[in-house]
Amino acid sequence: MQLPRWLLTLTALLFSISAQAAEVNVAVAANFTAPMNAIAAEFARDTGHQAKLSFGSSGKFYAQIKNGAPFHAFLSADDETPARLEREGQTVADSRFTYAIGTLVLWSAQAGVVDAKGDVLRKGQFNKLAIANPRFAPYGRAAVEVLTGMGLLDSLTPRFVQGENIAQPWQFVSTGNAELGFVALSQVMRNGRISGGSAWIVPSKLHAPIRQDAVILAAGKGNVAAVALMSYLKGDKAKAIMQSYGYEI
Amino acid sequence: MPLTDADLAAIWLTLKLASVTTLLLLLLGTPIAWWLARTRSWWKGPVGAVVALPLVLPPTVIGFYLLVTMGPNGPVGQFTQSLGLGVLPFTFAGLVVASVFYSLPFVVQPLQNAFEAIGERPLEAAATLRASPLDAFFSVVLPLARPGYLTAGVLGFAHTVGEFGVVLMIGGNIPEQTRVISVQIYDHVEAMDYAQAHWLSGGMLLFAFLVLLALYTLNPTGRRK
Repeated sequence: MQLPRWLLTLTALLFSISAQAAEVNVAVAANFTAPMNAIAAEFARDTGHQAKLSFGSSGKFYAQIKNGAPFHAFLSADDETPARLEREGQTVADSRFTYAIGTLVLWSAQAGVVDAKGDVLRKGQFNKLAIANPRFAPYGRAAVEVLTGMGLLDSLTPRFVQGENIAQPWQFVSTGNAELGFVALSQVMRNGRISGGSAWIVPSKLHAPIRQDAVILAAGKGNVAAVALMSYLKGDKAKAIMQSYGYEI
Repeated sequence: MPLTDADLAAIWLTLKLASVTTLLLLLLGTPIAWWLARTRSWWKGPVGAVVALPLVLPPTVIGFYLLVTMGPNGPVGQFTQSLGLGVLPFTFAGLVVASVFYSLPFVVQPLQNAFEAIGERPLEAAATLRASPLDAFFSVVLPLARPGYLTAGVLGFAHTVGEFGVVLMIGGNIPEQTRVISVQIYDHVEAMDYAQAHWLSGGMLLFAFLVLLALYTLNPTGRRK
């Protein structure tokens, strides 16, 4: 069969483009949504590779990855889930590293509600306290650790409203349904400052560090864009973006 | 016992939610369905469309709007606060309100079909026997519409048991208040506790099958919707 010349040219062109600019499907923890959108845009500009981002909770991504989801790389909200995938042979060896350390913040959408030391928790004059589910969400676990340290866990547990990932406590607080909530600093920080309401940036010594690990998944083996993205995350540009959203690096 | 106390609490809460919702829906759905079945008003189309909305809308849309409108800054939230009831998200009452809306078409539509199938004649006959409209409704329409009520009740109940997205968005996952079975299963999966997830999921599958089986064998007319 004779193919028209223009079709051959077009096919050749498409192949040459895809040889240079690859695509990587990335599963990204919900707390890293805002910085990752910014990083992916810079990544595309600098390398020509496209990062296609999916956002969600790490536990759900674990189940999907184990069951053949077409993700090439995984940016988790914790360090346990990537380590577990590594043990179970679902990752590319030696690709795991900590890309950011998360910061927890107690936040209210109203100005003047949260003081600079978090004493509002002790006074208890609020309706609900939104947190991510501590059973599996790292920011929720850190929040419980902080409350335990302050001796407030038992008295405040009845006021918990729990989200399935860190995006939900933010929703609950920003719509005013919960007056207070523990969220990720990255959700309320823009250009290095808190964008609205009132907040207490929880000192990191009050809880175990929220190490967020990234890893290349088995499906991403040989994907040049996945490798490029991992090294891009370690670069200065990505780190500057992360810092502007309140991550320690 | 493979089920934990938290699982049992979720099951109990779900049954309670579905029962309260179904009861309210049968009370509320009867006049709506009756009106839809009899009216020649121009409003029949728009009202029927509103009732059917939850069939089409993703639960995320319903959950999102309920969260915003029932919240302290939303119109419904301001109204409930002015009545001294507080706000509805994260409460059992809030889930009931959401479920009534969410399962409305599953109750109204079978009832409407049943009422339409009865037609005018039995009512005219009752009227010639000097039955008041109310009397005619209770002694003629209700018995004739029994299969419709069975279908409506079963579907309303089962659909509420199967609710997930809306509850996830407005529930806040509070034990014994808003943590229903579907949310509990979701938590088990998120926590990678697949054994617990299987027990509850398998139970739900069996429940759903038995309910529909009962509906289709006991009430063959229920299939006609």
